[in-house]
Parts: sequence; C-alpha cells; structure tokens
Amino acid sequence: MDRRILVIGGGISGVQAGLDLAQMGIQVTLVEEKPNIGGRMAQLDKTFPTNDCSTCILSPKLVELASHSNVDIFTCSSIEDVVKLDERFQARIRKRARFVDEEKCTACGVCAEKCPVKVSDLFNKSITTSKCISIPYAQAVPAVYKIDKEYCLYLTNGKCGICKKVCPADAIDYEQKDTIEAMDFNSIIIATGTEEFTPQIRPEYGYKVYENVLTSIEYERFLSASGPTNGQIVRPSDGKLPSQIAFIQCVGSRDVASGNYGYCSSYCCMQATKDAIITKEHNLTIDSTIFYIDIRAYGKDFDKFVDRAKTEYGVKYIKSRISEILEAPDTKNLIIKYITPDGKIRIEEFDLVILSVGIRIPDKSKNLLRGLGVELDEYGFCRCSTFQPGETNVDGVYVCGTVTGPMDIPEAVVSAGAAASLAARGLLSPDTSSEIMAEKPGEVDTEAKPLNIGVIVCHCGTNIASVVDVPSVVEFSRSLPNVKFAHELLYACSQDSIRLIINKIKEHDLNRIVVASCSPRTHESTFQSGLEKAGLNKYLLQMTNIRDQCSWVHQNTPELATQKAKDLVRMAVGKSRYLEPLYELYSDVNKACLVIGGGIAGMTAALFVADNGYQVYLIEKESELGGNLLKISYLLPEEDIVLALQRLIRRIEEHPLIELFLNANIKDIKGYVGNFTTNFTTNDEEKSAEHGTVIVATGAREHETESYGYKTDPYVVTQREFETVLKNKNPLMKYVNSIAMIQCVDSREGERNYCSRVCCGQAIKNILQLKKDYPDKDVYVLYRDMRTYGLREPYYAVAREAGALFLRYEKDRKPVVEKIEQGNFKIKLFNEILGKDIYLPVQLIVLSVGIDSLETNGQVAKMLKVPLNEDGFFNEAHVKLRPVDFSTSGVFVCGMAHGPKHIDESIVQAIATAAHALTIVTRDKISSEAYTASVDESRCSGCGLCVEVCVFGAIEIDEESERAGVNTLLCKGCGTCVAACFSSAIDLRGFTNKQIINEFQELFL
Amino acid sequence: MREEGDELFMENVSQDFEPKIIAFLCNWCTYAGADLAGVSRIQYPSNIRIIRLMCSGALDPTYVIKVLMEGADGVLIGGCHPGDCHYINGNYKARRRVAILKTSLKEAGLEPERVWLRWISASEGAYFAETVKEMVAHLKLLGPNPLKSVWAI
Repeated sequence: MDRRILVIGGGISGVQAGLDLAQMGIQVTLVEEKPNIGGRMAQLDKTFPTNDCSTCILSPKLVELASHSNVDIFTCSSIEDVVKLDERFQARIRKRARFVDEEKCTACGVCAEKCPVKVSDLFNKSITTSKCISIPYAQAVPAVYKIDKEYCLYLTNGKCGICKKVCPADAIDYEQKDTIEAMDFNSIIIATGTEEFTPQIRPEYGYKVYENVLTSIEYERFLSASGPTNGQIVRPSDGKLPSQIAFIQCVGSRDVASGNYGYCSSYCCMQATKDAIITKEHNLTIDSTIFYIDIRAYGKDFDKFVDRAKTEYGVKYIKSRISEILEAPDTKNLIIKYITPDGKIRIEEFDLVILSVGIRIPDKSKNLLRGLGVELDEYGFCRCSTFQPGETNVDGVYVCGTVTGPMDIPEAVVSAGAAASLAARGLLSPDTSSEIMAEKPGEVDTEAKPLNIGVIVCHCGTNIASVVDVPSVVEFSRSLPNVKFAHELLYACSQDSIRLIINKIKEHDLNRIVVASCSPRTHESTFQSGLEKAGLNKYLLQMTNIRDQCSWVHQNTPELATQKAKDLVRMAVGKSRYLEPLYELYSDVNKACLVIGGGIAGMTAALFVADNGYQVYLIEKESELGGNLLKISYLLPEEDIVLALQRLIRRIEEHPLIELFLNANIKDIKGYVGNFTTNFTTNDEEKSAEHGTVIVATGAREHETESYGYKTDPYVVTQREFETVLKNKNPLMKYVNSIAMIQCVDSREGERNYCSRVCCGQAIKNILQLKKDYPDKDVYVLYRDMRTYGLREPYYAVAREAGALFLRYEKDRKPVVEKIEQGNFKIKLFNEILGKDIYLPVQLIVLSVGIDSLETNGQVAKMLKVPLNEDGFFNEAHVKLRPVDFSTSGVFVCGMAHGPKHIDESIVQAIATAAHALTIVTRDKISSEAYTASVDESRCSGCGLCVEVCVFGAIEIDEESERAGVNTLLCKGCGTCVAACFSSAIDLRGFTNKQIINEFQELFL
Repeated sequence: MREEGDELFMENVSQDFEPKIIAFLCNWCTYAGADLAGVSRIQYPSNIRIIRLMCSGALDPTYVIKVLMEGADGVLIGGCHPGDCHYINGNYKARRRVAILKTSLKEAGLEPERVWLRWISASEGAYFAETVKEMVAHLKLLGPNPLKSVWAI
C-alpha cells in the first residue's frame, strides 16, 4: 500500500518533518504557498547563540529534502480542500502557474536581467525591487524563476515577451495554467507557521512613517550579505552608517493594548541580542541599546550569550517599555523618551530603531486549520495538551512548528521530528525494509586520467569575504600546478552553487575538487553529494576550512588571514593530488532500541519506538518508573498529571515490545550505529542487550541549596516542596499570611551560570494554585527576569491580576533574609523606584532553586563517546538543526539530560528522538566507514604491532601469508595502526601518509 | 646553532619574527575545538596551519620530524582529553609516541620544546585560541627553527 503523508508548509519545521518521514521510507508531499521552501529562516542572517550563518546551515537541509527520492515538493501551491474517506485523507492541491517550466529552468537569470518591469522584492521585505520574473534569492530551493502575473507586460496586455525570447532553456511558458491535483494521504502534518506582527497597528512607533524605523526581520535583510545592501548597515533615509541603534522589544508581544497578543513570542530577546552583536561585528563604531521588559534568555547557553553581548560587545540593556518614538525632522533621527528603572525620565536620540516584532497566526492558516476541524486557542494557535504535543483533536492531523505556539528554530525542528513520529504511527513495520537507494549515476573512472583539480572558494556571505580577499585566493589557486579551474561563490553550499560545481566538473573534466569554505565536519556531505551527482567518487573532494579556522579567528588581520587562506588552499590542493576513490561496505542493522532512563522522556520515547513495531529495552536506575514527574502535582494548563502518569506506566508495563529493567546499572556500551551491545545489571543480575540505536533520557534533578536559610528552617522550602504543601493542604499554611518566592537561587551566576527555564513557570503555577485555595494570603515574587515565555505569558498576567506582587532585584543586590524566629522572617530588598531598601514581613519563603545535571552523565557520555557542555548537560550535534542527535550516529538525546525543560518540551523531544531512531531501524543495512586501514602486503613483515594497537580487533595476522589483514567492517578508521607500523605497510584510506605529507610539504616549497 | 643567552639575537628575532606552526589535530576533539573558537569569534594569531587527522593516535612521529626538518618553527598536536578518545585510547598512544619523540629530539640535539601536545576538547574553543597565542609567544622567544639552515649546509 502506498504510504504517503501530506506536509503543509515548507518552513524549517515542515522541511524537517518531511526529511524525517522520507528517511523512514515514507512518501512525502510537501505543499508550500511561496515559490520556494525554507520559510523565515532563509531570511535570517545568522542564528543565536552561535551566530552560525543561517543560509549555511539551512541550505544543506533544503537540498537534501529536494533531492530525496521519497519527496515531492509543490511550491506556489495551496490546499483547496481535504476530505476524510475511511482512514485516509483526500486532498486537492492547487498549483498556481509560475509561467516557467520547473523542469527546464536552470536559474541562469538571463530572463530577470532583461525583464523591463520592476516589482517590490517581497523576500527582502520590499526594501528593494526585483524584476517581474524573479527568484526570491540566489540559493532558493527549488531554483526556478517565476513570473508575477499581475505586473508582467505580456500576461497583462500581450506586449513584451522578452524573457521567452532570451531564455536559453526555453523554459518560459505563458500558457501555463493553475492545476489541481487530488491525492490520497495516510495523515497530514500542518506546519504553516506564523507571520510577523505589522507594527502599523501601533502608530506611536511611527513604522512606515519614519524612514529609519525598521522591523527586526527587515534589519536581518540589511545584515545579510545576500540582502539588498550586501550586508552593509545603512539608514534607509540617507544611506549613512548609523552610530546609535535602539532595539525595542515586545512589539506585538505581551501586548493586549494593540490586540489579542497576550503571549510572548519567545525568540525576540535573543534575536535582538544576536543582531546587536552582529552589528558590532560589522562595524565597531555602532552602539546598540535594547529596551526590554524581561530578558528571556531561557534556552541552553542563552544567558552566556547575553553576558557576552554586555561585556564583550558593549550592548546596553535598559528595562523600560517605550511608549512613543518621535522623529527629528532635520536629521530623521529618532527620539525616544523613556522611564528608567529608578523612575527618572530620559530622552535619547538614535539614528536607527529596530522594532522586535512578535509573531501571530495568519488568518489564512486559521481558516485552513478550522476547515480541517482543528480546534484553535484564543490566539489562533493550535495549542496541544501537555501529554499529547503535536496531536490535534482530529485523528490523523498533526501540527508542528510555530503553529502550536511561539518557539525558536531548534524547538521547531524538535516538534517537526515529533510530528513525523506521530504521523508515521502504523505505517512502519520491521518486516518491510524502507531503504530506497538513491540512484547514483555511473561513476567516472578517474584512475587513468591526468589530474584536473577544481578549486571553489566560498565567500560565505560576508563571513569569509569580509576578512579574506577571496578574489586573490582564487587567482592564487589558478597558479597552482594541476588546477584547471578556480571560482568564487557567495554561498558554495547552496543549491545553485552545487549545480554550478556539477556543471564545471563536467565542463572541465575535473577529477579532484577542493572546496575552501567552512568545516568539513558540517558541510562535507553537502559537497560530496554534488560530486556524486557529477559522476565523481565523493571521496575525491578535499575541503579546507578558511572560515571557522581563518576568517572568523583573524578578523583584525585581513592580510595575514588572506595569506593563511592561500596556504590552506595550497595544502588542500597538495593533498587532493593523491586522493583516491573510496567505497563503503554495508552491514546489517539490529532493529532494537535501548532507552536509558524511565522518566517522562524515556517512557515516551520507548512507547513511540515500540508502537511502531520495534523492540525496546528500557533501563531505569530507580525501582520505579516516573522520574521527576512523581514529585509534580499540578500543571499549567490544568491537567490530571497523576492519571496521565499512571496510564503511561501501565502502557509501558503491558507493551509486548518493551522490556523493562528496573534498579538497573549500565556497565558498558560497545559497538556502533546499527550494532550496539550493552552490558548491565538489573536487581544485581547480569544482563546483556543487543540493539541498533540508543536514546539517552537520563534526566536531571532539583538543585540542592543552602542559601537563604534552607536546611535550617522548615519554613524555607523549594518550589517543588511548596507544591506538595499546597497539594496536601499542609496545616503549616495556618501560620502563614504572606509568602515570598525568591527566583534564580544559586542560578544565572558563578558556577551555575545558566537559566533553569522552568522555575518562573513553576512559581506562576504555584501562585495560581495558592490563590485558588488561599485567596487571602499575600505573595511576593522576588525575581531578576520573569521568563514565562511563549504561551505561558498569559498565566503571568493572571497571577498579577490575582494580586501577586512582583519585585525585581539585581544580581549584585540580592534580597537579604533576616530570621526573627522560626517561621517569621523579614526580607530586605532594594527597590529601584524608591531608591531605598524595603522590608517584607513573611512567614514562608519559597526558593526557585532550578535544575542540576546529573553527576552520572559523565559516565554515560564516556561510554557512548558523546560530549557534555560545561554545565554537565549533554551537548547535541548542532544547536539549531540537529537538536536531538549526537555527532556519534545512532545515539540520540531527549528530556532534561539535554538541559532544563518543561514536561511538554521533554515529551516533544522524546517523540522526536523516536523519529530519529526509527530512521535507522527501518533500514536493513547501514554503510560502514569509508576511511579504513589497508595493508600493503609487500611491505608487511607480519610483526603484529598493528594487531596489538588496534582496540577494535579489526586486524589479524593471516597464518598462511604471515601478513596483517584488516577487517573493514570492524575498522573505525582511527589510523593508530598506521602510526605504529615500522615498515609503513599500513595506510588509512583518505588520510594516507602520502596525502598528509604532501599536504604539509606544500608549505615549504 | 645560536648560543644560549645570546640576548641580542633573542631581541632581534622576537621583534619581527613570525613563527610558522603546523598543527595535527584530531577530527573529534581539537579540530572541533578549533571550529568552536571560530564560531565564538575568539581571535588568535594566524601563524598556525591545521592538518586534520582522524585521531591523534594516527600521528606518525616521522611527520613531526619531517615538518621540523622542512623548517616549521613549531608543531602542535591536539587530541581528546584522556578517557575521551573517540577511538577509545588513541590519545594515550599519541602521548607515549610524543614523549619518546621528544626524548629522541633532545638526544639528537634538537629542541623538543618546539613540539607541543595538548588535550583540547570540542567545547574548549577558548583554550585552543589560548594555546595558539601561548605557543606563538613561546616560539618568538625561542627564535626561528635553526634546523633548516643547518641542513641547508
């Protein structure tokens, strides 16, 4: 039976959901309204908190999706209607005419060059114009032009026709009509995303009235090297460089005054911080000020990013809500009047103002969702229940990305994985192999041919080109022996660039390719697939890293950086002369999955893998399942947590495919993706399990504090203990009239310099419960920033309305608790507005102590060879686009092992890891390393030293020939045997002695 | 070879001498750490040229000797911290090989302090940058590698 899933929306979450499904072997139809996929992420310049270039990390995903044989992409398309027939959905997809044949267009751009009509450039937020026949941006996927029929002279009044005349591919088709295609689907994933708030609704900010007021997304386009100003920061009014930039936060977020926007848009604090940092990197003379309400740096390593912005980049943060912007008519400067935290009125002039606009669900999406029968919340988001994230009230319809609520990119990617996992339920089975081998064109035999080296030097937008003189590196490359072709590209990794590389390989008969760009660790596979398409063995590629290890680290010495880039290219060319074609071997995949940890994340992951028909071994170190959830009584929004947990545990215990081991301790984990063996004890009994994948869900724990008299007074409790007090209607509440909650205890400073993410929400949850049961009791919340992000924000408003008093304190002026007697305290707190200390008499103190990583994470990390961050949480493979994977393939992470997070977030992540584990266990074979050792028997003396140094047992001495031989399937390609061999008889493919020596010798020629 | 304590010589060379460093870094830890230094925009001198190996255990000591004879002023070998090797214990093998190599260099009258072995993890971008800075400063004091000119005779 055809297994096909419809994904609506081609932003990052739709793309990721499509990719995950395709890799499970399911057919995907992705429908995108715009002419290209990639969504808003394609418009961003960089991404926080690593300032990775957005295009660079997105492009490979888009290319991978578009070239996947299981995926059909419909761009310029929308859903006409959907009917549910039996268990399947029949959808009619309208594909609007592009007037350009997608198959024929090569995106050469001649048409746009000659087109006489200029139209507003929507991709660049209308900052500039594009032609009537255009492509949104050079790296767009699919790389196909489109005619805007409203303005085309030929289509409107039959005159012109120039593009058709000049198109060398004969791709222009004025007769093209909209088509409607009906297709059947097993399930539907909706990833339609959000649109930005239009600040015209708030006329006091003067957007579109004052020229120098921009939105954050418009500013991203200014910062982007491929944007309308080629990455130059200029004032729209006069094209001059600004010197003072103001960012105004929460425009259209946390804002009920201008409409129904009571939620927080989640990512804008970090986006403004990122933009302020990049601005400084663009030009040291520009200063940035961010006006904020709370800095919501709640994600992993976000606080450290904000600290860097303050200390290293001099970004000023001012806590103040801006009520009005005025323009100085002569200079077009902008005047901002604001009230400082100490109550004084200040007036400051800026020459550019950026409005950090929030996001909202467009009416179109609301209509689509409602048409499918999906229930929406008061804001139009499809809010899911805590225990069923990604599921809607309609069976077979799933949601991911910002349509479920505001979130940043990694959360969208995680939710996409979860939606894929949900949508695939019932479609997979261990009996059917899903592997569809991508067709490879016949490989060109390069052995007998003379060396023809092609060198590609990437600008990486401005990342490389702003420091390294790229044209001179290209010129230099041309002078090197055997180099037949050298060329520079704005983004070498984009689809149009890969296509160019493929064409050049064919045109110049190139048989070695050197790409000087970023790190092979992230982009090698992108370029390798290009080589494959050109008929070259993919191991004839040599990358050299002139970005991470050159332009980014030698920003102040451009000449030396250029010299270094030339050297690096020369070294890569030197090595490339000795590259040889390599081939992988395939090995069997064990279809079972090991899940470490029986908390909410581990249990969820186990169920999703098992529900798809695959064996799971679930290992829990305690004597019962449940983890931290056992200690939680309430949820926001209210849900019966005890019942939900009981159900989950019962399902695990009764599941025929889940083998549960309690009181378990892992001794060791050996093997590699597809073939792991784990030895462990359960109830002191030795056990062993064989499995193909591992999901790490070891969790985290509440921090133990000694601050504020905790441990010495029973009336000082943690938020979690307070929750139990409320639940049990503890009699001690009789003696309590006022309560103080202290946030960020031992957090966001010193050794625990991170935000625990959940505590603000936890405090609000407890306040609402308190006010419900004890409406007369007073509660003060002493906080640094209230981080009730996303759809948690409205509850913060409810708590304020219920009478809770929120008082801010600074890191270096913490509240001081004076104990008068047991259960009677006086808290001294500096109040900024009054400019003096105030005193709060309270009888109970509740501490938000946050979350610690587990000490045992280190052992697990070592066994699996995966990294931890400096706070002891597991570090994912890529903070934006691979948030549940490790670099070690076949191993995944979810829940609080990865970092502090709410229950629903842990569940989403767990379902996503299940999706990724399924992309492996659904395959029958997995390819081995291509970089393996090989023995030159004529040189081998049979001494056996290599056998001794090989820890993988991959080398044996053949008894007959008395020579060493390598078992390629076991060889991991470390090369230790190569260094040990006295006779230079062993070499590591891809890193041979000859290759390495020729790499460094280039420097001394 | 220069005499020890030849301060005039030292002053001259430390003024405008830019040492050339070749680094052999393991793919999983130190190469990734060098990438992280870039991602974090931590600036360091451009004197270093990096060669990627899969493991520090794959470093053949003859590479180091060859590089020094060709005239490099310093060699940096980077691997995973003890216990963190992606290939279980390749870094321990590197440690032993480098220790023996340095003894041999000394015996041969060469300067073992031109060869540095450091454990730098994928999360230690700052430490990588610091190491390069420190090494450049140290080599500036040490002066140019005399080997090339010696061998030229």
